[in-house]
Amino acid sequence: MKAFAVTAIVAFVAYLILTAGSGHLALWSIDEIIIGVILSIIVGILSRGIFVKKSYRMLNPKRWLFGLAYIGPFFIAMAKANLDVAYRVITGKIRPGIVKISPNLKTDLGITMLANSITLTPGTLSVDVDEKSNDLYVHWINVKDEAMKKMPRDYRYVCKNFPDWIRRIAE
Amino acid sequence: MMGSLFLGASVFLVICIVLAMIRVIKGPTVPDRVVGLDTINTLVVVAMILCGAASRESIYIDVAIVYALLSFITTILIARYLEGGEI
Amino acid sequence: MIVEILIYLFIAIGLTFNLLAVIGLLRFPDVYTRLHAGTKCTTFGSIFLCLAVMIHALRIWYLNGEPSSSIMPIHTLIALIAILITNPTGAHAIARAAHRSGVKPVKAVVDDLEEDRECHSKKSST
Repeated sequence: MKAFAVTAIVAFVAYLILTAGSGHLALWSIDEIIIGVILSIIVGILSRGIFVKKSYRMLNPKRWLFGLAYIGPFFIAMAKANLDVAYRVITGKIRPGIVKISPNLKTDLGITMLANSITLTPGTLSVDVDEKSNDLYVHWINVKDEAMKKMPRDYRYVCKNFPDWIRRIAE
Repeated sequence: MMGSLFLGASVFLVICIVLAMIRVIKGPTVPDRVVGLDTINTLVVVAMILCGAASRESIYIDVAIVYALLSFITTILIARYLEGGEI
Repeated sequence: MIVEILIYLFIAIGLTFNLLAVIGLLRFPDVYTRLHAGTKCTTFGSIFLCLAVMIHALRIWYLNGEPSSSIMPIHTLIALIAILITNPTGAHAIARAAHRSGVKPVKAVVDDLEEDRECHSKKSST
């Protein structure tokens, strides 16, 4: 029942966002709202087993607040990444390599978020993931020597404290 | 005024697309070509959004959303094919 | 007035980064570095171009107040979110496929993935 409610509400919100601006009842027309309720009930019945996987940890509003706060440092890191790439496009100075890091994240959502964050932040691109231990292989455009000393590599050089943020958001 | 600005920006993006096309044609390996195609897809989506803003037609932006999702599926399919998995 | 300056600025930043992405795509030596240019810079440029369109559309909505004017900013936001989610994922898929199909990073200092894979194949063969 809880799985059905969560799925139906998410589907209804998605429908409302896509049909905003159709009428005068605070942006929506009454027909669109009725059809949206019917469709989201159907979607909730059909796909509740796919959308919700046992754990309801993402219902905690604290995680969503951390997710919003994460945008700030993430956007700064992304701006830095782009200036860095622009510098390397113009000068052509590169020292690439593929390194392995173990961020110790357990859930699929967490590892997906970290891989996408790594791809968009300074000088790094996730290449592969070890599905048993959740280790990431990262292509690094400018390998630093101090990160090469021990195995597995220290993730602070590659992605700063993003794994700690993501642990708070998704685990 | 604003309309011609957005239209000019989308024409600039079309020039970028032509430049990225060189990589698709030249690229020594197949992944190189796919990288070029992926870049072209993103640029096409943004150019569609700018065209929509220039002509004040929001239907162009809906097309851009669908194009972004479909091009993502295409990229994933080509990648699966390259690494030799089952599609 | 200040809104127009913001729109001009955002369009200039967005077009600059998109151009840099394409130049990087043409200049870099191998697949992985090209992905760096082709993913990061286009995503960042798209964010700024979409922001410019959103500011423009929000101003139109604010000026005439019709509900149908709200379609454009909201749908631009949805397109931006679609780009933000799909672009890094696609890059990850291409990088993985390139490494599995045997493309080596040029001038690489270190390649942990290659070493691990060799270890695995030795273990499975013995």
